[in-house]
Amino acid sequence: MGDRPLVEFDHVTKRFGDMAAVEDLNLTIAKGEFLAIMGSSGCGKTTTLRMLAGLEAPSEGEIRLQGARINDLPSWRRDTPMVWQSLALFPFLNVRENVEFSLRMRGIGGAERRRRAADWLDRLQIGELAERNIAHLSGGQRQRVALARSLVTEPEILLLDEPLSALDAHLKVRMQSVLADLQRQLGITFVYVTHSQSEAFSMADRVVIMSRGRIEQIGAPREIYRTPRTRFVAEFLGSSNIFAGTLVDAIGDGAQVDTPSGRLRLATSPEGFATGDAVVIAVPGDRIELTATLPDAGDNAIEATVMGEEFVGATATVYLEAADGTEMRAQKSHADLEKIDIRTGQKLFVGWRPEHAHVLPPA
Amino acid sequence: MSELNRNPLIDWLLRLYVLASFAFIFAPIAASFVFSLNEDRFPSLPLGGFSTQWYEAVATDPLVWEGLSNTLTIGVIVSLVATALGFGAAYTDYRYRFFGKTVYLALALLPPTIPVIILGLAMLAFLSRVGLSGQSLSVIVAHVVMTAPFAMAIIRLRLSQMDPDLEAAAWNLGASEWAAMRHVILPFARPAILAALFITMAVSFDEFAVAWFVSGLNETLPVRVLGFLQGQVSPRINAIGTFVFLTSMTLVILAQLVLMRRPKEGNPDG
Ligand SMILES: Nc1ncnc2c1ncn2[C@@H]1O[C@H](COP(=O)(O)OP(=O)(O)O)[C@@H](O)[C@H]1O
Ligand SMILES: [Mg+2]
Repeated sequence: MGDRPLVEFDHVTKRFGDMAAVEDLNLTIAKGEFLAIMGSSGCGKTTTLRMLAGLEAPSEGEIRLQGARINDLPSWRRDTPMVWQSLALFPFLNVRENVEFSLRMRGIGGAERRRRAADWLDRLQIGELAERNIAHLSGGQRQRVALARSLVTEPEILLLDEPLSALDAHLKVRMQSVLADLQRQLGITFVYVTHSQSEAFSMADRVVIMSRGRIEQIGAPREIYRTPRTRFVAEFLGSSNIFAGTLVDAIGDGAQVDTPSGRLRLATSPEGFATGDAVVIAVPGDRIELTATLPDAGDNAIEATVMGEEFVGATATVYLEAADGTEMRAQKSHADLEKIDIRTGQKLFVGWRPEHAHVLPPA
Repeated sequence: MSELNRNPLIDWLLRLYVLASFAFIFAPIAASFVFSLNEDRFPSLPLGGFSTQWYEAVATDPLVWEGLSNTLTIGVIVSLVATALGFGAAYTDYRYRFFGKTVYLALALLPPTIPVIILGLAMLAFLSRVGLSGQSLSVIVAHVVMTAPFAMAIIRLRLSQMDPDLEAAAWNLGASEWAAMRHVILPFARPAILAALFITMAVSFDEFAVAWFVSGLNETLPVRVLGFLQGQVSPRINAIGTFVFLTSMTLVILAQLVLMRRPKEGNPDG
């Protein structure tokens, strides 16, 4: 990557009245990167995207595109096309005219417009729909029209605001691979806003997790999944088990944490903490072992009651509760679970190796 | 509604009610139409023979032609100006949020709620003060004030059905604000704009009271009718009434049609 980033958000804040929709946002986006912005509804994802598209002006800070400040550049002078959550196709234009729209606004002649629109329609495999009315298309077809309409100017960057949220599960997965392929072939930057963890983690090179207008964590999908930096991220992803407690015996290698569920062992003494400090530990659900008998002496173990199971494809999530009420979860393959024959109400040991626990950095 | 939960008695009463309402509204118009084709001098039963003499009498009266020409000219100008103003007001409401917007809207929609006598007198007082009374222009001004709120209401309804992202999508695709207005807002609002043109023309065409107050020598057709009534009761009035009714109804029906039209496949004028 080396050279200068395509997009820079530099201490950007956006306020609506008193309410900060986005607060002190610092983010750089590299050329050709697939960046996903993720967070629950109302956390400021769309506002971030709209600022990049020139549809909202930042209240504070600076946004740069290829090094140049664009805070005051009107939307129509930027080439930052967006795929809208509502798609926002023009209902009074047919498919071809929708796709030609941005070329027409840029004063490109009729023949050239037609050729380029036809090109993109073919590329998205909807060439035969060119003269159709928008009202007569299926959800997946509209999605492709919206993509063609945004890409026809061959922009450097494409902004997508929850583009798949209106599609059914099957179509979602299909369009997901269409998008990922497209991004790889074109080599352009995608900024993809979603509240779906599976969309963000399966497509993106980097994921930004936002909460209440602030960035909680930026990182590669696996990195965020394995080492959530804040309690919010760990809980939001729902993949980790969280234990809060007090650090004891932070001497040499290893340390121990007193929690309401018992004393837990850490492989290394956490940096930046002293004995007596409050710490929060995260243990990924897929690192958990479930056993009927107490596991090896070196491992952590908490006795817990099975509360229920949830099946998603080849894996199952087992929900458990410790005697003190702490909720835990374990992601296991069906093959693993067959070995212990899980029943609701059953008592089991929730165990993990100390090196799989991860201490959240000090707040 | 589910067929199961329908009470046949209520169904019948409702039908009767609708029928009675229509009869009540249309009976006088129908009577006027029937007597306009009746050869008798005075409207009385039994009817005399069929005759188009009253239409002929109307068609040969130069004063009627003058009134009609005034009415049509005024109607066309009023509909264009009122629709343009109505569009501006509706778009302002759609696009902007500002302090006092509720008051702005209430004021914009106020004129039709003012009794026409009061509006007419106020118009007369105002227009004579600014030296505009007794001209066609004064009728135009008065009718624009009266009809622009209708245009605004129709266009506002249409804009409220527009995906709020549509205009921003146009900007995002390289359209300046003017280009977005021309290529997105206007095409989207087109059915409502056409309907507003027809409706405002129909209202101006029918309107009597205010026109009477301010028209002076440039009488519109409804004002001419009053002239007839003051002279003598003549079946010519029935003939004119039928004509005015049919014209207005045509305009209103046209407005309904453009508002209800479904999208067609393709778009030849793109
Ligand atoms: N134009 C606006 N005026 C006032 N508040 C807004 C506006 N746009 C967004 N907000 C508020 O800003 C916050 C963030 O909104 P948004 O960026 O749309 O969230 P997300 O896309 O993550 O769901 C929300 O609380 C929302 O209500
Ligand atoms: Mg959003």
